[in-house]
Amino acid sequence: MNPTFASIQTAAPELALTVGALLTLMIGVFRGDRSLVPLTWVCVLILGIAGVAAVTGAPGEAFGGLYVADAYSAYFKVLIFGGAAVSALLALPYLAKTETGRFEYPVLLLLSALGMGMMVSAHDLLSLYVGLELQSLAAYVLASFNRNEARSSEAGLKYFILGALASGILLYGISLVYGFAGSTSFVALGSSLHGATGHEIGVLVGLVFILAGLMFKVSAVPFHMWTPDVYEGAPTPVTAFFASAPKAAAMGLLVRVCVEAFGGLTFDWRQIVSVVAIASMLLGAAGAIGQTNIKRLLAYSSINNVGFALIGLAAATPDGVAGVLFYMAVYLVMTLGSFLCVLQMRDAEGRPVETLASLNGLSRSRKGLAAALAAFMFSLAGIPPLLGFWPKFAVFTAAMEERLYLLAVVGVVASVIGAYYYLRVVKSLYFDEPAPAFAASNSRVNAALIGVAALFCSPLGMLAITPMVAAARAAAAALF
Amino acid sequence: MSGLPILSILILLPLFGAVWVLFAGGSEEGRADNARWTALIVTLAELAIGVALWLGFDSSTAAFQYVEKRDLFAPWFSWHLGIDGIALMLIILSVFLMPLCILASWTSIQKRVPEYMAAFLLMETLMLGVFAAKDLFLFYLFFEGGLIPMYLIIGIWGGARRIYASYKFFLYTLLGSVLMLLAMLYMVSVAHTTDIAALTAYDFAPEVQTWLWLAFFASFAVKMPMWPVHTWLPDAHVEAPTAGSVILAGVLLKLGGYGFVRFALPMFPEGSAQFLPLIFGLSVVAVIYTSLVALVQTDMKKLIAYSSVAHMAFVTAGLFVFNRQGIEGGIMMMLSHGVISGALFLCVGVVYDRLHTRDIARYGGLANTMPRYALFFMVFTMASVGLPATSGFVSEFLVLIGTYQISTWLGADMTMGIILGAGYMLWLYRRVIFGVGVHADAAAMPDLSLREAGILLAAAIPVFWMGIYPASFLNPLHAPVGAILARIERAAPPPVVVTAPRAKVQPTR
Repeated sequence: MNPTFASIQTAAPELALTVGALLTLMIGVFRGDRSLVPLTWVCVLILGIAGVAAVTGAPGEAFGGLYVADAYSAYFKVLIFGGAAVSALLALPYLAKTETGRFEYPVLLLLSALGMGMMVSAHDLLSLYVGLELQSLAAYVLASFNRNEARSSEAGLKYFILGALASGILLYGISLVYGFAGSTSFVALGSSLHGATGHEIGVLVGLVFILAGLMFKVSAVPFHMWTPDVYEGAPTPVTAFFASAPKAAAMGLLVRVCVEAFGGLTFDWRQIVSVVAIASMLLGAAGAIGQTNIKRLLAYSSINNVGFALIGLAAATPDGVAGVLFYMAVYLVMTLGSFLCVLQMRDAEGRPVETLASLNGLSRSRKGLAAALAAFMFSLAGIPPLLGFWPKFAVFTAAMEERLYLLAVVGVVASVIGAYYYLRVVKSLYFDEPAPAFAASNSRVNAALIGVAALFCSPLGMLAITPMVAAARAAAAALF
Repeated sequence: MSGLPILSILILLPLFGAVWVLFAGGSEEGRADNARWTALIVTLAELAIGVALWLGFDSSTAAFQYVEKRDLFAPWFSWHLGIDGIALMLIILSVFLMPLCILASWTSIQKRVPEYMAAFLLMETLMLGVFAAKDLFLFYLFFEGGLIPMYLIIGIWGGARRIYASYKFFLYTLLGSVLMLLAMLYMVSVAHTTDIAALTAYDFAPEVQTWLWLAFFASFAVKMPMWPVHTWLPDAHVEAPTAGSVILAGVLLKLGGYGFVRFALPMFPEGSAQFLPLIFGLSVVAVIYTSLVALVQTDMKKLIAYSSVAHMAFVTAGLFVFNRQGIEGGIMMMLSHGVISGALFLCVGVVYDRLHTRDIARYGGLANTMPRYALFFMVFTMASVGLPATSGFVSEFLVLIGTYQISTWLGADMTMGIILGAGYMLWLYRRVIFGVGVHADAAAMPDLSLREAGILLAAAIPVFWMGIYPASFLNPLHAPVGAILARIERAAPPPVVVTAPRAKVQPTR
């Protein structure tokens, strides 16, 4: 077969997304903003097709080793496309209410998903960069999607400037690595760095820069500063998207770069990852305590959770990586569920409210919503028997087996500190006197999504442990 | 044994009850009634299952019985259940107290009744799960999961400082538990099994045992609670509703003791032996110090809470003396204290429902107006003091026999605790029941209703049963305690050398 044709076949998910994005853009241009609802459903359909293509497609390399399809990329693509599809759906009621209902929203989501697909399939530092930038550019636009509001524009600008800086650092690191190691291909880097003694200091410096750029994308401390501001300023559905799919994609990318390309330098990057993990867990937990805005609180929660996930990477074993993969899957559902609940918070006139105090006594007026949000909070806090406990369990197990006791001890202490602010949300929901009731929701889709996510996080979700861990282990095995 | 998964039914039945109570439709009033009756029926059914377990139980073996295993959560852990005599007795205690709790809340809880009953049923599921789990992580899951319903019970239906108390309860116990989780992860990474029986048989390196023991200690000492990490208990007790206090004192505190006897002692014999001075020191301080603190309390519930800490110190001292009398006495103490302190909280609840204060000084002279109440209160006061023919006597006596064998001073200090215990309990009784009623509203309180009298009567039965014929409760304990003793023998400290009546000190079994 023609190698180009074979490559296109291997990259079928991305191809579907590219065609889909162009198609929806065309339709949108001709039909205008009233096509938002059908276009959203088309977008979900395309993401579904891409997901199926990712799972069923044959593994292999494409485009001269720039792109790879394997079990690992397939696992992440299912998460990413699923997260993007839910993000598209949950936005519909919001977009309809706030006069920002422009058709570009699903198109930008598709383009972002395309970039993310490239990120987790990247097999070369250059395709990595292209995927990352495509995803980021779409995300910058999405952050300021509510362009009439200063907060949203500010979020977009802030995200863009800091993101550009991070990209620059990343590119500089790539150039250093290329200069000292002589290649940008993961395979070539992996073999040339493997077992090398007395590493070139230049490669190490390059590695540090690359990690700094990637840590920015997963919003790990000390590259987290943008997160609370952007989460707070961006429209809530966009925040939900930022917290889910791009986070999973960036984590997938980070793990692949560390394990595949720099597997020979495990000892070196493990120190960096460990320090970053500890800082993220502690700062994420402590920073959230003083927050009164639920979106900022969830931003710190995501910093905190990234820290936990990085424990699994620091272990650098197949089990540890499988732990990260499992972590991201469960985290994706918990965070999307939480943001779905936040989207329900609208005052009597339908304006969105974001303060914690407005949640007071929700268990009286909206029993189901309060119970679901409480389940997400306990799950994020990692209290068994809710599902959120098990990802933490997975990464702690990996850390204990690699004898990384300090990481594990800091991790459990941080989870106790973190439990405090999750409990504070539950306290608002159940213990306090009711605040003014929220406007009734009429979106069945969102209600169903909340229900599914809550069931998944409930103890019932533990039945999913066996298949999910099996999938995560198979995916992780592709890297080793 | 039939193929019926009786332990699964025991654990899951309250869970289904809770779901039914929460999701049943109807008017506010109808849902509340439905919740009360469902909860009562479910807990009574649980009691029946518990009795059936007891009747079908083979007391002659230390092996786990009614074992079930399903690989639902591979590769990490499995749904693996089984009970030995110790677990059986604690399960009986739990299923016995639950209907009393439901009945005690029948009229006193008026707001959010379905949620309240659901929280209690959930609580029952988790407590029974702790005792029936035969898989390490299944145990942890139930152990830790109990925090959520208890947090809600204290926070929603508690008193004035309920929010502070609920946070304190949750975070205190969580910090203890997560350290235990790390120890568990380490154990599994070394022993490559999550089966509790297999882990008990595994010999961990003595130097590692030190750390593992400390991690488990951090969790169980907080749960127990031992001095000086007991401070969450008085707060939680005072703010919790009556039935919440009963469950807290009756069953949740027993989780710590159960943990010690199931994990800390048989899995880490060397570790345990190494920390005997710590355990005994903390126990002695707790017995004497918290008894003195109990003496000066003006709040009835707080007084009983501090007496709980003192009684739990008997349990820890008994469990770690490395002889049969001490361990069996410690377990008996858990059972006895579970019923007695539960009943005492119910007694406080009776007058609290009428006058809405727990201040001792607001009562007085109740013997004149509430003679039936005075009678029941006296029974439980005497049992708490440890009068012969009550369960308190049997358990305290066994613990004292056990402690005297290891150290005369320890035994003497423990005896001091009994004397102080008699002091604060009798003084409490005098101030509340005797004397002249100076408060008109306290004097106007009606005596026990039929429901209340029935609850207290039911609680009085096991107090006397354990006191007069303890063999029913001790028999199932002999075999598992024997197995623990065989396991820890190699690390046992030398028994104290007593010069004069040596023949009498020799253990009989």
